[in-house]
Amino acid sequence: MNSNQTNGSATPSAKYVLEVDRLNVHYGRFLAVRDIELNIERNKVTALIGPSGCGKSTVLRSINRMNDLVDAARIDGQVRFHGKNIYDADVDAAEVRRRIGMVFQKPNPFPKSIYDNIAWGVRVNGVKKNMDDIVEQALRGAALWDEVKDKLKQSGLSLSGGQQQRLCIARAIAIRPDIILMDEPASALDPIATLRIEELMTNLVKEYTIIIVTHNMQQAARISDYTGFFSVTPDRTGYLEEFGPTKQVFTSPTSQITEDYITGRFG
Amino acid sequence: MLTSIALVLFIGSRGLTLFKTYSPADFFFGTSWNQTTHTYGVIPLLYGSLMTTFLTLLVSVPLAILVAIFMVEVAPGPIRRVMRSTVELFAALPSVIFGLLALTFIVPWVRVTFNAPLGKGILPAAIVLIFMVQPTIVTITEDAVRNAASSLREASHAVGATRWQMLSGVIIPASRQGILTAVILGLGRAVGETMAVQMVIGNITVRIPKTLTEGATTMPAAIVTQLPEAADPQTRSALIMVGFLLLVIAFGLILAVRTVSGRSGKSTKPVKSEMPSQ
Repeated sequence: MNSNQTNGSATPSAKYVLEVDRLNVHYGRFLAVRDIELNIERNKVTALIGPSGCGKSTVLRSINRMNDLVDAARIDGQVRFHGKNIYDADVDAAEVRRRIGMVFQKPNPFPKSIYDNIAWGVRVNGVKKNMDDIVEQALRGAALWDEVKDKLKQSGLSLSGGQQQRLCIARAIAIRPDIILMDEPASALDPIATLRIEELMTNLVKEYTIIIVTHNMQQAARISDYTGFFSVTPDRTGYLEEFGPTKQVFTSPTSQITEDYITGRFG
Repeated sequence: MLTSIALVLFIGSRGLTLFKTYSPADFFFGTSWNQTTHTYGVIPLLYGSLMTTFLTLLVSVPLAILVAIFMVEVAPGPIRRVMRSTVELFAALPSVIFGLLALTFIVPWVRVTFNAPLGKGILPAAIVLIFMVQPTIVTITEDAVRNAASSLREASHAVGATRWQMLSGVIIPASRQGILTAVILGLGRAVGETMAVQMVIGNITVRIPKTLTEGATTMPAAIVTQLPEAADPQTRSALIMVGFLLLVIAFGLILAVRTVSGRSGKSTKPVKSEMPSQ
């Protein structure tokens, strides 16, 4: 996948690294989300918020083809990454996931050493040289190096939850993706660990584009540049109610539903 | 634990009475077992047991891992269900039925294919054992692989790994403990299985077999075929001694497998993954 595709529908945009275009996702016969339009700006944090079951995670998982792993999932519409639809037949899902990394709700390090947690992901992508440097850089990037530099051979599972999640972030950035997707990365962590992840994100965004799903509205307000608010129709289909700069969405939302949600009247 | 110690002590004490009248060296290193001449060399029995077990595990462990991976990662739902019912059916078959099937199909096949007069021996015994240990090893291995896959599949794909890289690099290493348990249980069954083996191995105790397709025996098969004819106390204690040795070997093999895999296995309680929240 490269950015100067000759595909007719592809109009590479320098501003938007990712464009979600009329995305519909079905699980079996159930329409999970409908008509999602979302433009993601480079080197910004975009937060996706909304009540449970509104399809935020579904949309997130459609951005790196993680929904391919769900048998019953069907995707319509386009997700254009550097102008190229990642669902085109000639696109390799593994390559998409290499360019668009992901951090999950629950820390899920491999049952390997701290070192190998990072090195394995790098190796499967064909890089073998300077592994020590790559591992160190990734751990530094995830603000974990000082805590683990003397025990790189220990199991990644021996770390605390917050450290495990930072290890997962290190694992994601070690393969130099363009975008990092985060699916409620702090929801399983205590407030201090959460704060560290948030600090980390404000650093990471200098180099990466971040899309984060969160239930925590203060978190969205603190760390994101743009916010998308999702809501659900009565038949449980999620849709994007409002999207804009975070400040605007939180202070002067255009939609009544958004205002009700962020002021805590429902959700 | 206490029960097993008591068991070992009881059998051991009964068996060891043999050595009041028979030299331990002749027992442990003797290459012929013949109760009419009061020769009780255990080597032919030991050789038969270890060889059948080794051959069985050599084939059934890799096969079971492949089957388990197929069931978890490849097979669509209906095929998986059919496979699982088949495995369960195999687990429920009485061993005498396995023996009958082996006598009907495997023994004639060996006779023709290897030009062996009887068609009985270590090879047909190992083949029938492969079928018999498969359900145990497959079921437990599949559980282990499924568990590891559920928590690590997404993590592996998220770094751009292909399915094969994920399986070989993450899922199988993470399933090691479960696979080990499966191997131990399969080992136990292969070493201890009596009826089906006894029916197809030929029950020749007087010498060490030179090939895999001539009459041989295993420790349990020798006990079950010879005990009913054991008239004198010496033969009886010799057979009980074989039983004791069988116990020690079974424990020893299990310990060995644990030690070998424990050396590299400092891990892995798989983290249970959650469904995506949407």
